[in-house]
Amino acid sequence: MANERSQAELIEQDIQTDELLINMGPQHPSTHGVLRLVLRTDGEVIVDAVPHIGYLHRSGEKVGESVSARQFAPYTDRLDYLASMNMNLGWALAVEKLLGLEATERAGCLRVIMCELNRIASHLVAAGTYGLDLGSFTPFTYTFREREKIQNLFEAVCGARLTYSYIVPGGVTADLPDGWLDQCEAFLEEFTPVIDELHAVLTSNDIFIRRTARVGVLSREMAIDYGCTGPVLRGSGVDWDLRRDGQSPYIELYKDYTFDVIAPIDGHYRNEAAYPAVPFDAVVGDSWHRFFIRMIEVVQSMAIIRQAMDRYRKTEPDVGKPIKTTEKLPAGEVYLETEAPKGQMGFMVIGDGTKTPWRVRLRSSCFSNLSVAPELCRGHLMADVPAIVGSLDLVLGEIDR
Amino acid sequence: MTEFLTHYIEPDWIAHFLVAAVHCGLILGLVVMAAAAFTWAERKVAGRIQDRLGPTRVGGRFGWLQSPADGLKLLAKEDLVPAEADGPLFRLAPYVSFCTSFAVFVALPLSNDWVAQRLDASVFFLLAVAGLEVFGVILGGYASGSKWSLFGAMREAAQVVSYEVPLGLCVVIPVMVAGTMNLVTIGNMQSGWFVNWMIFHDPFMFITFWVYCACAMASVNRAPFDLAEAESELVAGFLTEYSGFRWSIFFMAEYASMLAVCLLASILFLGGWNGPVPITSWLGLTHDVHPVAGFVGDLLGFANILAKGVLGVIVMMWARWTLPRLRIDQVLTMCLKYCIPLAAAMFLGAMGWTYVIRGGLSDMDEPTPVVQSGQSVSLANHQEGGR
Repeated sequence: MANERSQAELIEQDIQTDELLINMGPQHPSTHGVLRLVLRTDGEVIVDAVPHIGYLHRSGEKVGESVSARQFAPYTDRLDYLASMNMNLGWALAVEKLLGLEATERAGCLRVIMCELNRIASHLVAAGTYGLDLGSFTPFTYTFREREKIQNLFEAVCGARLTYSYIVPGGVTADLPDGWLDQCEAFLEEFTPVIDELHAVLTSNDIFIRRTARVGVLSREMAIDYGCTGPVLRGSGVDWDLRRDGQSPYIELYKDYTFDVIAPIDGHYRNEAAYPAVPFDAVVGDSWHRFFIRMIEVVQSMAIIRQAMDRYRKTEPDVGKPIKTTEKLPAGEVYLETEAPKGQMGFMVIGDGTKTPWRVRLRSSCFSNLSVAPELCRGHLMADVPAIVGSLDLVLGEIDR
Repeated sequence: MTEFLTHYIEPDWIAHFLVAAVHCGLILGLVVMAAAAFTWAERKVAGRIQDRLGPTRVGGRFGWLQSPADGLKLLAKEDLVPAEADGPLFRLAPYVSFCTSFAVFVALPLSNDWVAQRLDASVFFLLAVAGLEVFGVILGGYASGSKWSLFGAMREAAQVVSYEVPLGLCVVIPVMVAGTMNLVTIGNMQSGWFVNWMIFHDPFMFITFWVYCACAMASVNRAPFDLAEAESELVAGFLTEYSGFRWSIFFMAEYASMLAVCLLASILFLGGWNGPVPITSWLGLTHDVHPVAGFVGDLLGFANILAKGVLGVIVMMWARWTLPRLRIDQVLTMCLKYCIPLAAAMFLGAMGWTYVIRGGLSDMDEPTPVVQSGQSVSLANHQEGGR
């Protein structure tokens, strides 16, 4: 009997192949910045993937405790640098809530317009780089061409193309220049057919579907357990969007706009007929759905921008006044989460009566979304790692803070 | 040329050596020029597809000096061999790749009888030599001493070796229909109107052509099958540690094999140097009429085959800049589950077709050799030997 078992062990030892430890990143074309993944592979199959982060750590939270609330706004630009407007908004709303301030109606409209434009820009980068991850170079140039137009709009408003610091506690830094709304409308007009183009080269491309459908399937339970948010959570079939389900004062910003929360409910999307058909191979929670949700959210954002522009025209010309850099924060504690393009971005600020916050704490959506990557990669092939990590749409500036 | 030189130069071996040197020079010139032109074309094609201009600055409006400028830049780069690399093998690998893809052109006719070495089994030679290119890649990937390179080499080995099988099957079908392995003969059999082209011979042949296209793309490692150097997964695969001149040698080998498979496709399926319309015979540009007329006719034929080859290469570029990359298991599945059975079925189908209707849909019946000194005799011998 003992002999038999040792025989079996012997065979097992015999067919066991060596595992290869391979270091993917921080200098790797498809880790989107400085993410480092240590992969343990058996041939091409991933046995384990361990993310290593911290290459972009800038002590953002500690900086927040050394400068005043107004001075911290530019630091928030550098969190998710592909969606700086949304980062600005989170901080501005958290500080305003602590101060008991409320932005003017016009400032609110501007905030919505800018955040949704930036959401489009962020999703465009996600879609383009996801194409790169899968070896398709051309969609990247299309998406960046469109993003460039959004950056031109931002430049006209605040002078910056990447780090805007436009939405600050108290309001926004400037009103729109003349003719901006027409330019924005022209952009939306030009952009509409591009979405169909992107659907053609990516979403409904046969190879793209083969590469993404049933790859990295994140179950609904696992998505909730790991604290995934944003398109990653919605891709797993959870109907949850802070723009609809969030807290005050964030919810007040969006309460008068009509838009759909994009999530597959029982495998079906709202208003499904308007979009390309879900391929037969795809299952809820896979990389294809995460990508698809971003592509449709772009359409919803465009609808929100159109509504916000109409409201803007009816408002009083008062964009609020940014708080002073010496503004004292009252004693108290505020934690507010907003729906950034990548997920729920949370800002915690604790005041103690001085101008610098006593404590600043950031909740990064990408951090939680990255934490499922090892689970998703396990058992997949080497080529699926970029497909999975890309579908999570990570920005390391936000993870490392 | 051999006869001409041996007539005048006394020791025969010097004459033979001279002939070989001239042929090598001509082919090398063609391959290098093609690589340079394709580099430029690739940038321009990619530019068009991606809604941008491509190179515009170097050498006037169209940036046509971009390739020489790139070449100079690569030559001026540091000669880098990683400390972990196996030095001699690392240095050898690019040349293995390049020599094999270059050697393919030795037996590849570029016009009626314009071929460096006339071989009766040139198809066989071509397939055998083209298959060797993978050695350079595997060697380079292994000798680099990098895990990414090793992955690239492993993929290359799996992919190219698998695709040799359906590619070989696809090539065998026109050979079977033609009844000869001599590419010059196969090309000449397709003279006349375009309906005489092999691709229109029968429906099976038509499908075979498309299977050949897919297999050829996979066997020369072009996107969407460029798994060996998949930059988003393997950094640059087997090329990761290569830089400067050695990298450019690999690069030239890639473009040379692209051109080679496209030229082979045009000879086997698309009439080779015969245009869609038999203009040369209408104008009397054949060797029967006058040697100079024949030369002009051959020159036109060369332009013809080159145009077909370049068109094929441009289609490959188009695919590269449009499609995402397949995964290794999908590439191998496609080979084993679709390409091989399809090619085998086409083989059987074409065999049955030629058994029932010898000429197929075209009036291509028997080889119609162009009467030319030396060749007709060898062709006749071959025909007799072959049957």
